[in-house]
Amino acid sequence: MVARLWQWFDSRMPSVALEWRRHAAEYYAPKNFNFWYFFGSLAMLVLGIQIVSGIFLTMNYKPDATLAFGSVEYIMRDVPGGWLIRYVHSTGSSAFFLVVYLHMFRAMLYGSHREPRELVWIFGVLIYLTLMGEAFFGYLLPWGQMSYWGAQVIVNLFSVIPFIGPDLALWIRGDYVVSDATLNRFFALHVIALPLVLLGLVVAHLLALHDVGSNNPDGVEIKKLKGPDGHPLDGIPFHPYYTVKDLVGAVVFLAIFCFVLFFVPELGGYFLEHNNFIPADSLKTPEHIAPLWYFTPYYSILRAVPPLFNSQFPGVMAMGVATLILFFLPWLDRSPVKSIRYRGPYYKFALGSFVVVFLLLGYLGVKPTTVWGQFGFDAFFFDTREIATWVARVCTVIYFLFFLLMPWYTTIDKVKPVPERVTH
Amino acid sequence: MRKALLFLLFAPLGALAAETGYRLDRSPHRATDLVSLQSGARTYVNYCLGCHGVQFMRYSGLKEIGLTESQVRDNLMFTADKVGDPIRTTIGAKEGKLWFGVAPPDLSVIARARGADWLYTYLRVFYRDPNATSGWNNAVFPNVAMPHALWTLQGERAFDAGEHKWSEASRGSQTSVEYDATVRDLVNFLVYVAEPAATSRKAIGVAVLFVLGILFILTYLLKLNYWKDVK
Repeated sequence: MVARLWQWFDSRMPSVALEWRRHAAEYYAPKNFNFWYFFGSLAMLVLGIQIVSGIFLTMNYKPDATLAFGSVEYIMRDVPGGWLIRYVHSTGSSAFFLVVYLHMFRAMLYGSHREPRELVWIFGVLIYLTLMGEAFFGYLLPWGQMSYWGAQVIVNLFSVIPFIGPDLALWIRGDYVVSDATLNRFFALHVIALPLVLLGLVVAHLLALHDVGSNNPDGVEIKKLKGPDGHPLDGIPFHPYYTVKDLVGAVVFLAIFCFVLFFVPELGGYFLEHNNFIPADSLKTPEHIAPLWYFTPYYSILRAVPPLFNSQFPGVMAMGVATLILFFLPWLDRSPVKSIRYRGPYYKFALGSFVVVFLLLGYLGVKPTTVWGQFGFDAFFFDTREIATWVARVCTVIYFLFFLLMPWYTTIDKVKPVPERVTH
Repeated sequence: MRKALLFLLFAPLGALAAETGYRLDRSPHRATDLVSLQSGARTYVNYCLGCHGVQFMRYSGLKEIGLTESQVRDNLMFTADKVGDPIRTTIGAKEGKLWFGVAPPDLSVIARARGADWLYTYLRVFYRDPNATSGWNNAVFPNVAMPHALWTLQGERAFDAGEHKWSEASRGSQTSVEYDATVRDLVNFLVYVAEPAATSRKAIGVAVLFVLGILFILTYLLKLNYWKDVK
């Protein structure tokens, strides 16, 4: 019965079976994927979680400056299971960034952005940027103090752009300050516009990947060596091999996710900021405005760059360039090998330093710039004696040097011979 | 520019409200202690609700801390007619601002914003200050607009901020041990209203993690079985 029904369907719409084979049952992926290869499928899982939990939140949330804060508390208390949905969504946003950061780091480890996968990488960076927008718009919706002042600060960044800045910021807000008009448009962008863009980009990311095939921890092209059946010698069909493997990864991920969700949903103020439980007040600026942890490396860069002629524009520029520079990674990397396994000491050192400064910038972005006190001495070039600001400046320079010097240090690096086939 | 001005305008206020360096005591409240929660609810309704609402909580929600509907109706419901009504205060924001300089905030989620330790300390370190408008000041929240609402219980105390020394000016109806317990229960209640689902969420979490543990074993065995032929 089921078989006949399927036959009826298949003869009328064969593309379903065709695409299933193309993208799963007969998509040959390298057999040596390791731990780092879980995060792609996990990112899709989190996207699904966010869309579903978001739909349920939308059913009870009120995008209105006078009602928004209360409607979130209404969801937390009076809507059956509302607290669960809300925590799923708030934990999910942090999980999304965590998974995406690890997924991007995987690419840097094994050279997954290198030829012929530049487009996969570019779509990936576009997804990352869209995700930042999605998170930023969504963070205004609870209408707490951090929502409000975070949005105020970020929108004000646009106002420092020469000539068009102030008008641009006004156009984004729809008002002279962040207000009900801003909340409404951010809601629209958060629940409709950006999710659509995100889904489209994910499709493009996957299509581009499946056209060229997956990279692997050895960075060798498995399509070069094919067996008599025409399939790569080192490839295995994505389904069922990687579907069952990713299922294990999904369960482990969900266990960590649920631990946070059920036991520490605020995660000490990192996933839900304490100050965001105070309703937005346009007359009371909090002493310390910090974005959520996933933006803090860039926030640190913004704060670290000193103003020029009384304008914050250089800092905003630096922050923008710090994200946009990711697009050029495939061309900045000139190494003859892809994987970290066969790279020389220079790249390993550079990547290691990059990770350290990225984490350090992230940490400093959470804290006020006074966190490490002041230098006890004075110097002629000191515009500030705050130790943390200077550390952030050094980290910012290293962040950019990682990219700007990459063509040089990847060229002169001593690489090891790459094997013909993947190793286990 | 306007933002910079705003900052200048509010920077002094912010600096005063900033961390005073006063050491916070650890709040000894226990979320599972229903007697403590009920005692906290009684203190709240009698001493706090006059100015501070907990409007995101309903009177009916108090049944969750082991009270019957008639107990809530007879002993705690002073500001509403129906048990499903929110726990509102009776003073309006306008009068509040007129009387205190700032409208007393709603305390529904104050425990999530401030933390239990801060509340537990704050409510125990009010002191007499003849220079303050209300006659009261606070060691962790200097120049706070709020007078000491529980002073009849704690009594009046004096505080030398420079020497960091406390002294008793008059006795209250409770000993310091009793007063600490009253505040502990009150904080317990505030923590409860800030997130009524907190206790059940942990219980559900244990069950969810258990199921995921079983799922892990099953999926892992499935993976091993499928991957047997991959060399």
